[in-house]
Amino acid sequence: MTAFTEVSCPLLTAVGTDDRSFELSDYEGAAARWCPGCGDHSILTAVERLLVAEQLKPEQTVFVSGIGCSSRFPHYLKTYGFHGIHGRALPVATGVKLQRPDLTVFVVMGDGDCTSIGAGHWVHAMRYNMRMVALLLDNAIYGLTKNQTSPTTPQGHATNTQPKGSYLPALNPIEIALGVTNASFVAQTAEWVPAHLFATLRAAYRHNGLAFVRILQRCPVYTPGIYQLAVQRPDVIELLVHDDGVMVPELERTYKQRLTHDPSDLNRARELAAIGDRVRLGVFYRDENKPKYEDLRRTTTHTAAERLGLLNAELDRYAI
Amino acid sequence: MPTEILASEPTIETRPSPTVVRRAESTVEIVSDSGEGAQKCGQIFGAVSAKMGNGVWTVEIIPAEIQPPPRIPEGASGIRIRVGTGPVTNWGDDTNLVVAFNEQVLLARHRLGALASDATILIESKWASHPDDDIQRAWQSALDELSTRHYRLILVPIEEQCLTLMDNPRKGKNMFALGMLACIYGRDMDRIRDQIAYAFRKKSEEIYAQNVQLLQLGFDWAQAHLDFRVDVPATPPSQPMVVMNGNEAIGMGALAAGFSLCAMYPITPATSASHYLGEKFDRFGGILHQAEDEIAAAGVAIGASYAGPVALTITSGPGLALKTEFIGLAVMTETPLVIVDVQRGGPSTGLPTKVEQSDLLAVLYGQPGDAPKVVIAPATIEECFHAMITARRIAETFRCVVVVLSDANLATGVQPFPRPVPDERWMQMAFDQDAVPPGTKPYDWDPRTGLSRRIIPGQPNGPFTLTGLEHDNRSKVAYSGGVHQHSSAMRSRKLAVLQSMLLPPTIHGDESGDLLVVGWGSTKGAIDEAVDRVRVEGGGVSSLHLNFLSPLQPGLREAFARFTKVCTVELNYSDEPDAPFITHDNRRLGQLAWLLRASTLVDVDCWTRVPGEPLRPAAIAEAIRSKLPQVAPAPNAPASARGVA
Repeated sequence: MTAFTEVSCPLLTAVGTDDRSFELSDYEGAAARWCPGCGDHSILTAVERLLVAEQLKPEQTVFVSGIGCSSRFPHYLKTYGFHGIHGRALPVATGVKLQRPDLTVFVVMGDGDCTSIGAGHWVHAMRYNMRMVALLLDNAIYGLTKNQTSPTTPQGHATNTQPKGSYLPALNPIEIALGVTNASFVAQTAEWVPAHLFATLRAAYRHNGLAFVRILQRCPVYTPGIYQLAVQRPDVIELLVHDDGVMVPELERTYKQRLTHDPSDLNRARELAAIGDRVRLGVFYRDENKPKYEDLRRTTTHTAAERLGLLNAELDRYAI
Repeated sequence: MPTEILASEPTIETRPSPTVVRRAESTVEIVSDSGEGAQKCGQIFGAVSAKMGNGVWTVEIIPAEIQPPPRIPEGASGIRIRVGTGPVTNWGDDTNLVVAFNEQVLLARHRLGALASDATILIESKWASHPDDDIQRAWQSALDELSTRHYRLILVPIEEQCLTLMDNPRKGKNMFALGMLACIYGRDMDRIRDQIAYAFRKKSEEIYAQNVQLLQLGFDWAQAHLDFRVDVPATPPSQPMVVMNGNEAIGMGALAAGFSLCAMYPITPATSASHYLGEKFDRFGGILHQAEDEIAAAGVAIGASYAGPVALTITSGPGLALKTEFIGLAVMTETPLVIVDVQRGGPSTGLPTKVEQSDLLAVLYGQPGDAPKVVIAPATIEECFHAMITARRIAETFRCVVVVLSDANLATGVQPFPRPVPDERWMQMAFDQDAVPPGTKPYDWDPRTGLSRRIIPGQPNGPFTLTGLEHDNRSKVAYSGGVHQHSSAMRSRKLAVLQSMLLPPTIHGDESGDLLVVGWGSTKGAIDEAVDRVRVEGGGVSSLHLNFLSPLQPGLREAFARFTKVCTVELNYSDEPDAPFITHDNRRLGQLAWLLRASTLVDVDCWTRVPGEPLRPAAIAEAIRSKLPQVAPAPNAPASARGVA
């Protein structure tokens, strides 16, 4: 809340300075209605922590989502939210950012949203590289519609639509993201490693471009087992560490498998994404210098009178 | 059929002294293979005629392929320009003068019945003596086919002449043709050179200079060889006028309306409106965003509208179909949005370059669930401009989706109209960033009107989550029957409120009579002209044209009651009443006819066609005569009045 100090002249307080400080309660929206044990709870907590840590103004922050369990996300926050249609969160976010570069934009998508019905938008949004954080909450299943195969469902995993097991090898979102021209930030983290999740979200928020973060996420109802090995055995996980990536010293006791990876090395990033021997968490790729669409499309604003002058000049060109 | 070969240079002695024919109107066509510049030639001819004070209407004839094979009737590319002493509101019936670059594209126009039986045809002569036997045979057989009418065919050595100035006459013939037309119609050469400069100087000074030379060459050739001139006197306009095509008018209207963002995806015949914005929008501080697909274009526009002033998207039928889910979202969330649909023939990919009015019901009822929205249809080029201003203001005021239904006829049609007087209020941005008063809800519906003020990101105390799920006035997800009933009513009520502010449509002709013809969109000029013709014959017919399709303008039932019969005229499909299996009960009607029957309970008839070109007034007049109870069809109606092929 805005705080004013006692001053003698009322004019000094006519325009308030924004020295509000925000606490967790300033961001908490409706009580989350995800299933108990759903990884989305942990992600919501990490995001709220980020909002507090970065003191983001609720009215200047917009969470855009699609459709699916994870897309309920904006309802549980007290920022602006746009809970749109399935697969189309990224175009909406593009419109918000194009109209209002001053707003901080987060995009929350599930694996169906981002990698299936909205896959086309995903590729192009990464190429636009507008400054926003795009989160893929990947539980490798369609949960809201009750247990159908998604592109990231592991091969062989049985669902209601593919009861004999998923036919195809699972799609690897990190490989795809690293293949997109003008991609500038690609990272992977997991909801069951909260410290890493928070550190990755913070790096993503601070990135000057589109930060794509895949968050491995358990669905306790339909895919409880798929990340079980990685949850129980830290040695299955390899942390990608680097000063330009994500460093979480407190994790070093638990996660012994660490690999120093320079996030500016795109070829190495692609190799690491493609090798399926371990679950790798960290920043695969980062380049602060990629062109951003909102910078390329910056326009000058005119007063109504100036626009009127321009319009009259334009009509002159078509005058008889 | 008289054929004249004027290939050799006449001496001074043999030069014909031209006969000047004075006419109240004349219709010209330039037809060519695709890529030979017929449209550019006709556009300049039309624009200069307008600038000289003539009434003008142009229609482009565009093949669906970019480069169809040369010398086939299906590949005919061209333009028709109808020039008059008074205002011209449609493309008319028959063409009086044709410049044809080969005989096959001419055949296409002949077969469509587009040419007057006494039309004068200036045709490229080289095909008559072409070394390829197949071409010579094709030429001869075309001449045989054309000889069924009394055309006057004049062979012109267009290429031979152009070759004196350039190596590749394919790119220059159009300017030679323009020169001939300038001579025949006495067009102002300075104005033509200005137009050529505007069109070509940005490419290169050299191309401009060459085009001006070609223009002069054509002019001089016609001066020396042609024995006729046509004089269509101009009426100096009484007020300042501008001249442009419908898509330019939509683009300029978007600038005048203060739009700052247009998201689109390329689609014929809508794209040229975006081309216009692509060139001009930056300077006005606007952004033309070419999205990755039609769906994303709608999404970007909605995201932008949600976060600021209302945004725009421009499309055509297939794109509209793809945007359907997003349109539903905009309706559900009351996010203002303006959609321009430049209609073409459908369904599916259909007739991409040809005009049709068959998206009306898709626009109105295309979304699953109840999705009330405003639909307006400009009928003239001038209305294309003003529709954008109206659309944006309604979208912002009523917090709703507004669809502007244009079509391929308006898109490329060029017509002069009174110069708009720009008004700052058109451009005002409803962009409030003040703190929201305590207690304000995201949907503070006025229970009578359904109107509410929207909250825009950035406003303190305003944060809420907008959702495409059904919601209460706090934007909280709510599925209960009571909430859905009330929210649906609030979204719908706004249309009734808007209707209460609209004026009843005016009637062209008498206020009562035997037959009332009802139309919408680009057919207005042709319908009114047809009605006037039949009224001169004594027919008790009037016409009424609708600009608002949703909500419908008030007073329709009362207006209809004053006529014995009501019939729509539309450019969309309906079953012929006397076709096999078709009965009064199962006949599928024109789209406006369905709408009017439902809203007025009047037994509205329809006469509709899908010819892939604008309706001709003579065809409409003939239909009117057949629908009028007591008046027999005129015995000497011209052949083209028997219906459009």
